[in-house]
Amino acid sequence: MPTKTRMSGNEAVAHAIKQINPDVMPAFPITPSTEIPQFVANMIANGEITTEFIPVESEHSSMSAAIGASAAGARTLTATSSCGLALMWEVLYVAASNRLPIAMAVANRGLTGPLNINAEHSDSMGARDSGWLQIYAENNQEVYDNFLQAYRIAEHKDVKLPIMVCQDGFITSHAVENITLWDDAPIKKFVGEYEPEHYLLREDETMAVGPYAVSNYCMEAKKAQAEAMKRAKKVILEVAKEFEAVTGRKYGFFEEYKLEDAEYAVVAIGSVCGTAKDAIDALRKDGVKAGLLKIRVFRPFPAEEIAAALKHCKAIAILDRAESYSGNGGPLGAEVTAALYRAKCTAETVNMVYGLSGRDVRVEDMEKVYEDLQKLAAGTISYPEYPYIGLRD
Amino acid sequence: MKQLTEIRWHGRGGQGAKTAALLLADVAFNTGKHVQGFPEYGPERMGAPITAYDRISDEEIRVHSNIYEPDYVAVVDDTLLHSVDVTRGLKKDGAILINTEKSKEEILPLLNGYEGRVFTINAHKVCMATLGKYFPNTPMLAAMVKISGVMDEEVFLKEMEESLQHKFAKKPEVLEGNRKALQMALKEVV
Repeated sequence: MPTKTRMSGNEAVAHAIKQINPDVMPAFPITPSTEIPQFVANMIANGEITTEFIPVESEHSSMSAAIGASAAGARTLTATSSCGLALMWEVLYVAASNRLPIAMAVANRGLTGPLNINAEHSDSMGARDSGWLQIYAENNQEVYDNFLQAYRIAEHKDVKLPIMVCQDGFITSHAVENITLWDDAPIKKFVGEYEPEHYLLREDETMAVGPYAVSNYCMEAKKAQAEAMKRAKKVILEVAKEFEAVTGRKYGFFEEYKLEDAEYAVVAIGSVCGTAKDAIDALRKDGVKAGLLKIRVFRPFPAEEIAAALKHCKAIAILDRAESYSGNGGPLGAEVTAALYRAKCTAETVNMVYGLSGRDVRVEDMEKVYEDLQKLAAGTISYPEYPYIGLRD
Repeated sequence: MKQLTEIRWHGRGGQGAKTAALLLADVAFNTGKHVQGFPEYGPERMGAPITAYDRISDEEIRVHSNIYEPDYVAVVDDTLLHSVDVTRGLKKDGAILINTEKSKEEILPLLNGYEGRVFTINAHKVCMATLGKYFPNTPMLAAMVKISGVMDEEVFLKEMEESLQHKFAKKPEVLEGNRKALQMALKEVV
């Protein structure tokens, strides 16, 4: 029987780790993900799991140790946030290009400056081109379910790529909410054992990991890596289907909330989507056809599917919890807009930036976004520049 | 009780306002509610003002924003009354609970003309009489349950008994003090 309980997003990730019992976890603490290695260390000390914990002196080292462990053939994970993720930069690419299926729990937090500890997507969005799979969650239930699916996707023979399982720092990582936990036995069966094909500790096969490649070979290696990312799309959906068979919970590339007949749609990532749903329900009572497309999978980016789901809308707001400093909007805005253009979608679009460094977003703020979308569709408002939500004068 | 109750806690880092909020979410969950308990951090340091929140509902809670128009407010440290607008947005038909050694008459002028119900509790007195140490979150939790009516007092005491037994499994000597602190707080809040 599944257990109905309550816990924070960080506890939920730790519970997933407990059920998976991975082989190795190198980690260095950083707010707001610190609790994850803390909980795991407790579980190891209490004999609940047999994971080998490696305390390191920095995040560059935690990712480097994860690469070593994963290359050796171990099911490996780590956790981080913000500047910790930034310090891993160089080695993130090494993990991905060596096709090492490491799982990383990310409690999203803004990069410095000004120095701040609160939710923002600039950390993982900055790593969006590093070759890692990226899956995002709205709440504690989703980050738990996503983590349980992570290794199945990452370790799949058609994929073999590392995966970031992201949630909003503090907003969900530290919020205690209701959650349903699945029984150990069906989850263990669902996740399965890790049986890598090639690994350093395999006696009957000698191999090198991460050697130099001359230009004659490099480009092909990168193309092969990009193809693996594309193949992950099919695997993500297959794993989601199997997960649904075990738990009854449905997952895909994104969630469509009242989107089917929506005239005005918001595209967003993370905890703000719950707030948007409350706004949508209120607006629908007044006859406003509002809807939401909540991104779950950002890497690989499901461009065609997103465009197909939004094509019928009159106006679309794409919300970014990260500033690109490009003068041209945020990363989600750029990618969704490109996807809509390629699909010849004629909806009006606007890219909005919100929630930087934990700036709160209320139901009223989301209602205002839908109001603006109605004006945008009617041609009574235009956006020469991409706007910020809730910016003080 | 109405469908959604929203509570805001004001305290200083290290005083247990966040713990009290999470404990309230815990006991409310145990009575079958949907809950959300979460802190809002400013600078992470002892003594800095912090805010924590509770949502308690019969239905799934999806919103992920702070609480601006709470039904109830709890103030764990009365020195905050001089620097934080604790009654901001507080509903008139709600109530505020203040931990203070002062009388209600001394406190009222510090509440910016709040027209709703005002309750005070001397958590220091309760703690010293029952625990021998100052942990204001335990009596504040009991007092909040009483003024908000989010659950029946008997149900609350029964749920807390189970959670205390679990929490202090290795320190049974502190059980009785905590039990008494909760019971005394339910009586002391005025």
